[in-house]
Amino acid sequence: METLKVTEDKSAKQKSMRVTGAEAIIHCLLAEGVDLIYGYPGGAIMPVYDELYKFQDKLTHILTRHEQGATHAAQGYARVSGKVGVAMATSGPGATNLVTGLADAQIDSTPMVCITGQVPRHLLGSDAFQETDIVGISTPVTKWNYQITKASEIPEILAKAFYIARSGRPGPVLVDITKNAQFDEIDFTYEKCTGVRSYTPVSEPDENAISAAAELINSAKKPMIVFGQGVILGEAEEELKRLVEKAGIPAAWTIMGLSAMDTEHPLNVGMVGMHGNYGPNVLTNECDLLVAIGMRFDDRVTGSLDTYAKQAKVIHFEIDPAEINKNVKADVAVLGDCKASLKLLLPKVKENSHEAWKAEFDKKYQEEFEAVIKNDIHPTKPGLTMGEVIEGINIASDQKAVVVTDVGQHQMIGCRYAKFRQSKSNITSGGLGTMGFALPAAIGAKMGAPERPVVAIIGDGGYQMTIQELGVIFQHNVGVKIVVLNNNHLGMVRQWQELFFDKRYASTVMTNPDFVKIAEGYHIKSNRIEERKDLEAGIKEMMEYDGPYFLEVVVEQEDNVFPMIPSGASVSDIRLK
Amino acid sequence: MENQWFTISVYSENSVGLLNRISGIFLKRHINIESLNVSKSEIENVSKFTIVVFTTEDWTRKIVQQIEKQIEVIKAFYHTDDEIIYQESAIFKIDSDLLFDERQIQNIIKEHNATIVTVARDFFVLAKTGRRNEIDEMHDAFEPFGILQFVRSGRISVSKETMPISNLLEEFQLNN
Repeated sequence: METLKVTEDKSAKQKSMRVTGAEAIIHCLLAEGVDLIYGYPGGAIMPVYDELYKFQDKLTHILTRHEQGATHAAQGYARVSGKVGVAMATSGPGATNLVTGLADAQIDSTPMVCITGQVPRHLLGSDAFQETDIVGISTPVTKWNYQITKASEIPEILAKAFYIARSGRPGPVLVDITKNAQFDEIDFTYEKCTGVRSYTPVSEPDENAISAAAELINSAKKPMIVFGQGVILGEAEEELKRLVEKAGIPAAWTIMGLSAMDTEHPLNVGMVGMHGNYGPNVLTNECDLLVAIGMRFDDRVTGSLDTYAKQAKVIHFEIDPAEINKNVKADVAVLGDCKASLKLLLPKVKENSHEAWKAEFDKKYQEEFEAVIKNDIHPTKPGLTMGEVIEGINIASDQKAVVVTDVGQHQMIGCRYAKFRQSKSNITSGGLGTMGFALPAAIGAKMGAPERPVVAIIGDGGYQMTIQELGVIFQHNVGVKIVVLNNNHLGMVRQWQELFFDKRYASTVMTNPDFVKIAEGYHIKSNRIEERKDLEAGIKEMMEYDGPYFLEVVVEQEDNVFPMIPSGASVSDIRLK
Repeated sequence: MENQWFTISVYSENSVGLLNRISGIFLKRHINIESLNVSKSEIENVSKFTIVVFTTEDWTRKIVQQIEKQIEVIKAFYHTDDEIIYQESAIFKIDSDLLFDERQIQNIIKEHNATIVTVARDFFVLAKTGRRNEIDEMHDAFEPFGILQFVRSGRISVSKETMPISNLLEEFQLNN
């Protein structure tokens, strides 16, 4: 294939061996360092599963209970480990069940390779049993996809798939492999892909842009940094910290950037966005310089673009050229990997501090503390709050846990109040907002970071979207801590109905099953907490328990998440109540 | 920003599925493709898409960024009409009787610089290459007499500025 440039190191060239396409797939995965995949078998992928059986000492396959679970588990694994997650499914419904996970990985830039079986080449287009055009279906939600119809294509295409998934701005790749290509034999050799001629994963940082950025930073009176997941994906946490400290710039995070910087760092001023902190949102419209690092100005971050940071100069450090000037016009755009760019920037930045400016963040924090945080974390009303549960987990885990959140109120509360000292600790569905993400993602996170405590925080709604993955936790004794914050509502939608739809609670009230009994059905140790007096001990018991643990906390039914920027409003119009 | 005509030129690998990927970028933004042509380019094994849109420059720029982001796209450009040389082609199938019954027909063919591709007993075929309005004018001239079949191609264009695709590809060869 012309697009594939492979290394020409003859000495390292493997001897070829005669194998089936299915076995070749396994060798490709092993060559890419894969030792764990998630998936679900079926007709069109059976030859590969037959090989997985033979290679089970080298390559562990986790049978999720639904293909969507396989994608989210692969995502969770990728997000904590920085490696490429792998999911596998059969053709037809197996393949279409991957679509939500692909879309989630695409919008949150998660490296993932999905392999699907497909009907044999000669049946393509015949509406054969379990035939679906997964390449067509997955095109808008993949970084790249490809249909293999000949066994000889397997090594090159899989090498390219892994290269594309992990390089540049990472993303999901789907490779669809017809059944005949799995059966046919080839002379197998494998060489890693090192480049694709039509694809530039990372641009070299432009010295002029870096100098221009340094000049703006050095002359700013009220600068502010907003950092996103790019810092984590680019492993630029140390460079970010040095920039923040050297230039004395208050730094706020997007939901995807959370944990890239110690949450208790004195210059860490909290979260931007719809349910972010009061200070960084309001002061976005008062700063004179906005330094955006590895973030993409999502609408949930900016609110109305017409009134977003109009007074400020904007510097945008970004790896993806398509993000430059997409939503917010940058005065200085620094294309490239943010680690490399920040390294070049640091010597040009003068030591500085902005005490008075930082004090404005502190003042705003105090206002928010009095109006919101105090009542969230140290409530005086009888009903339990989501905030006090998160705070309890912070204390019991000594801020060392990986926290996986689902989508909704508990996610916003979780991301607002969870404390982190280590990067790659916050796993959530940020861009797509996929309910049902957390339980399978937590399985992947635990397997990707087995030495770390992993706590999944899930609402009662999202929990029931992928609850079947309890089967995986039970079967493989995956030591995740599952916390369901049960308000018997689809809480976030209910909140919007309360605020914007005159309390017409259409389809947001849930009559729930006995979650503890369900967990017990899977032989998972479990507990339910309904009163504050039991909370601290309950969380402690969960965190200290050796193995999976399910904890249901019954929380206040009609609590709202504040602050809040109403949809389409300006960041300055953030409401404290 | 006002809507105007833009011609997007995309140099790409010749791969199955890329057309779907590119058209999806327009679909996602609810922007109509006014004309589309895919052919080989001046570089061996490199395809060229020529896409015409009527939208704002801001949208066009963002679309081009998204197109260029696709793995198999080598480079994409956009141009206004005065930055390119462009043409379309059309073929007309006309009843042969008209050639003998209607005297103006021969004049129309001459006036519009159309080429006679073939003449059969029942019909004859004309080809016309030119700008969209020129083809429209010829179409309007024939319409009162009846047109048996009419088809027009997508716009094809070359830019006045250079498109340094070969350099890009050579650079890749050197670096890898």
